[in-house]
Amino acid sequence: MKNRLRNKYDVVIVGGGPAGLAAALGAQEAGAEHILLIDREIETGGILNQCIHSGFGLHYFKEELTGPEYAERFIRSVLSGNVEILTDSYVLDISPDLHLEVISGNDGYLHLKGAAVVLAMGCRERTRGAIRTPGFRPAGVMTAGLAQKMVNMKGLLPGRRVAILGSGDIGLIMARRLTLEGCEVVGVYELLPYSNGLTRNVVQCLDDFDIPLHVSTTVAFIHGQNRVERLTIAPVNHQLVPDPSRSRDVNCDTLLLSIGLIPENELSTRLRLRMDPATGGPQVTSTLETSLPGVFACGNVLHVHDIVDFVSEESLRAGRFAAELALGIRRPCDNISLQTGENVASCVPHSLSPDREQTIYFRVKQPMKHCLLTIGDRYEKKFRMLIPSEMIRLTLAPEVLDHYFGGKLKIDVQPQKVA
Amino acid sequence: MYDVIIIGGGIVGCALARELSRYNLRLALIEKEVEVGFGTSKTNSGIIHAGHHSAEGTLKGKFEWAGNQRWDDLARDLKFGFKRIGELLIAQKPEDLQYLEDLKKQGDSRGVTGLEIWEPKQIRKAEPNLSHSILQALHAPTAAVINPYEACFGLIECARQNGAQLFCDHPVMSIRQKDDGFSIQTGQKKFLSQIILNATGVFADRVAAMIGADNFKIFPRKGEEYLLDRRLQGIVSHLIFPTPSATSKGVLIIPTVDGPIMVGPTAEEVDNRENLSTSFAGASKIFASVRKSCPAISERDTITEFAGLRAVSGTNDFIIEPSPVKGFYNIAGIQSPGLTAAPVIATFVTEMLRADGLALTEKSTWKAAIDGPPHFAQMTTRERQAAILDDPAFGRIVCRCESVTEAEIRYAIRHGARTLDGVKFRVRAGMGRCQGGFCTTRIMDLLAQTLAIPLAEITKRGRGSNVCTPRHDDLSVEDLG
Repeated sequence: MKNRLRNKYDVVIVGGGPAGLAAALGAQEAGAEHILLIDREIETGGILNQCIHSGFGLHYFKEELTGPEYAERFIRSVLSGNVEILTDSYVLDISPDLHLEVISGNDGYLHLKGAAVVLAMGCRERTRGAIRTPGFRPAGVMTAGLAQKMVNMKGLLPGRRVAILGSGDIGLIMARRLTLEGCEVVGVYELLPYSNGLTRNVVQCLDDFDIPLHVSTTVAFIHGQNRVERLTIAPVNHQLVPDPSRSRDVNCDTLLLSIGLIPENELSTRLRLRMDPATGGPQVTSTLETSLPGVFACGNVLHVHDIVDFVSEESLRAGRFAAELALGIRRPCDNISLQTGENVASCVPHSLSPDREQTIYFRVKQPMKHCLLTIGDRYEKKFRMLIPSEMIRLTLAPEVLDHYFGGKLKIDVQPQKVA
Repeated sequence: MYDVIIIGGGIVGCALARELSRYNLRLALIEKEVEVGFGTSKTNSGIIHAGHHSAEGTLKGKFEWAGNQRWDDLARDLKFGFKRIGELLIAQKPEDLQYLEDLKKQGDSRGVTGLEIWEPKQIRKAEPNLSHSILQALHAPTAAVINPYEACFGLIECARQNGAQLFCDHPVMSIRQKDDGFSIQTGQKKFLSQIILNATGVFADRVAAMIGADNFKIFPRKGEEYLLDRRLQGIVSHLIFPTPSATSKGVLIIPTVDGPIMVGPTAEEVDNRENLSTSFAGASKIFASVRKSCPAISERDTITEFAGLRAVSGTNDFIIEPSPVKGFYNIAGIQSPGLTAAPVIATFVTEMLRADGLALTEKSTWKAAIDGPPHFAQMTTRERQAAILDDPAFGRIVCRCESVTEAEIRYAIRHGARTLDGVKFRVRAGMGRCQGGFCTTRIMDLLAQTLAIPLAEITKRGRGSNVCTPRHDDLSVEDLG
C-alpha cells in the first residue's frame, strides 16, 4: 500500500457516502483518469450503512433496496473502475488553488492536488442546543441518527421508553425501528402544524404501529438528574411558543431529536465559497460548480435531500462536470440567474445555461394545495399538493430556455383557483 | 491514617491537593463525582479576573489580584490553555461612568497593572462589533481565560504524581470524630485522617453539618451559560462586562480559551442544590442583555447551554477558617472570583495549617510540572507529521468538529477520563457543533476497549447516567424476572 498515492489527481472527491460514490462514478464515466475518493470512515457508504430499512432505490434502480444494498451497488461499480479510495482519512484543509491537506491512519500526512474537487461531505443533525429546550442535561437525550447508529451498528438500545421530538424522516424511521426492537415509543412531537417527514414514512412508521404524532406540540422541559425521567409536553401557539397552562408530563427514559439537518460546510466556509443561507450550502451553477472555479458540490452538503436517489442523480452530474473541467472540456458559463419567488423556500442550482437540459430542485415554504409552478414565462407545471418536506425535482428540456434573452428567471408557486 | 484529607475535587480541592503535595504528608482527595471538576468548576465561566473587581476589606478583594498573578506559571507547568485577552467593562448610561472611575481607583490602589479608561473611538478600533452606544469602557489587560476543568485535571494530575491519592465516586455519607482525628465513611469505604479540609462547594454547609462544624450557610445561586457556534468566533476579542448589579457581574461575553464565544451567566437564587436546569427565561434574559452591547449575537447560534451553581455564603465573602471542631477546616463560599483566587487560597490554607501546628517538610522530589496531553489541533504541520509517524492514531480524527484524534482520546482515558463528559472536557471531543452526533459511538468504543468494560456500562457523567441500555436478548432470564 505504500507510495500508491499520486500527488496530482484529475478529480478529488471529499466524502464517501452516496454523494461521493456517485460523483466518483460520474467522473469515471466522463473519462477522468486519476480519481481519488477520500472518506473519514473505515468503509465507504456513509450514513447508508446504518439505514438498514428498505425504501431506497425506487427512483434510481426502480426497485426497493435497503441502505447498505443501495450503497453496495455504487461501491461495486466504483471498485470495478479506476477510482482510488482512501478511507480512515480526513481532509483538514483545501487551499484556493486546490491543494488538499489530508491525514490518514494508514498513510500519514498527505498533500495532494486536484484539478477539480468535489465536495460531498453530507450533513449533520441539529442538536438540543439549536432549539434550547429547557430543563436538565441528563443522559438519554440524543439525535435520532445517533440512536440509529447505536441500534443498527453497535447492537445497543438507547433506552426502553422513548419520546421523539421532531418528525424528520430519521425520527420517523427510528420510531418504527425501536418499536420492533421492543421499546415503547410514547409519541412523536412536532412543533409545526404538519409533519416534517415524507408522507410515506408517517404512514409506514407511525400509523401502521399506532404511534401518535402530535403536531403543534413541543417538549417544554426535560426532567431527570442523571438519566431522562420524564418530559413536560406542551402545545404551542401561532408564534410557536409553548403554552404551559395546557402542558402535561410524559414518563420516558429517552428523548430522540429529529429536528432537522444542516449541511456540513466547514471546508466550504474555510474556502470562503459563496453560500446560500436558504439551503445552508454553497451557491452553485448549473454544472454544480461553486463560486471557486474547480470546486463542485453535491448531495446533502449542497442542500439537504429527502431521498438518496436524488443525491445519486445530482452527484453523478457533479462528478461528470468535475471530470470535464479536469480534462479541459469547456462549457459555456451560465448566463441566467435563478431566483426564488415568495412561496419558494430554496432552489438549486442558482443559475442556468440555455445550452443543455437543466435539472432544478426546489422546496416550498408552506404546504400548498392546487398550485401552479412557474419559471419566469418559460415553464409552468401544475401540482395537486406541495409540502416543504418533499423536495421537487424538475428537468427542463434544452429548448425551454432557447430564445430567452433575459438575465434572470424567477421560480415561484402560486395557488390556483379551483374551478 | 492520613494526615490530611481534602473533601471535594473542584478547583479549590484540586489546588489544595497540589499545594499540599509539596510536603511529606499522607494526603488524599475524596470526590463524590466520578471525576474531578465535575461540579461547579465544570460550569464556571473560565475567567481569571483582572484583579480590580472585588471590594476592599474582603477576602475576595485580598485574593483576586494575588490569584490573578499565579496563573501564568500554573498554565505553563500544568499545560492547560491560558490567554490574557483582557477585559472591557462598558458603561452605556451616564450614571455608570462614575462606577468605572471608582473601579479603576480600586484597582490602581491595589497595584493592578494597565487599567485604562477607553473612549468610544478607542473602543471601536479594538472592538468594531460592539454597540456604538457605549460611552466609555474600563480596559483591564490582566484579565484572562482558561478552561477551569482543564485546570482541575492538571492540578490533580500533578498532585498525584507527587504522591497524593485520589478517590473518585466516593460520596461522603458520614464523618465521626475520633481521639486522634476523624473517620470518614464514603459510599465505598472508610477513611481515617487527622485533618479534614472541607472544599465541597455548594454542599459545604451540609458536609460541615455531619460533624457540627456548620457555623455558616450556603445559598446556591444558579447561572446559565450559552455556548455559541464558531461562526461568531472573533466577534469580540476581549471579555465584555456590563456595569454590574448588586448580585452579579452581569451577563458577559466570553471569548473562551478555545475560541468559541460563550454568553452568560444569569444569577438566580435556588433551593435545590442539584438544580442545573436551563430555562426559556434564562435564555431570553441573556440574549436580550448581550444584544445591548453586541447586536450581532443571536440565539440562533447556540450550540449548547448549561447551568452551574455558585456557592454563595451568607456573608457574601469567602469563608476560609478553622471550624469550631478542631482539625476540621471550612473552605466555603468560594464563588467569583473563586477560580482566580484558588491558587492563593491553597497557599493561605497551607499556612493556616502550619500555624496550627501541622509539620510541613518539603519533599525534595516535588515536581511543579507535568507532561501535558497532546493537542493535535494546536500542532504545526511538522509536529503533526511526526506525531502520526510515531503513533498512527494521530492520523485518525474522531471528533471532526474540533479536530480531535484517536490518540488524544486514548491519552485522556489513560489519564483518568472514565465517562463521555470526562473525554469531552479533557480533549473537546463532542464539544463542537454536532455535539457528539458523529463521534459518540467511537468514543464509547475507545472507552470500552481501554477500560475493558461493556458498552452498556458507559455513562455520560457517572453513576445512573448510562448512555444506553442492554438489549432484551442480552439479558439473562433472571434479569427479565
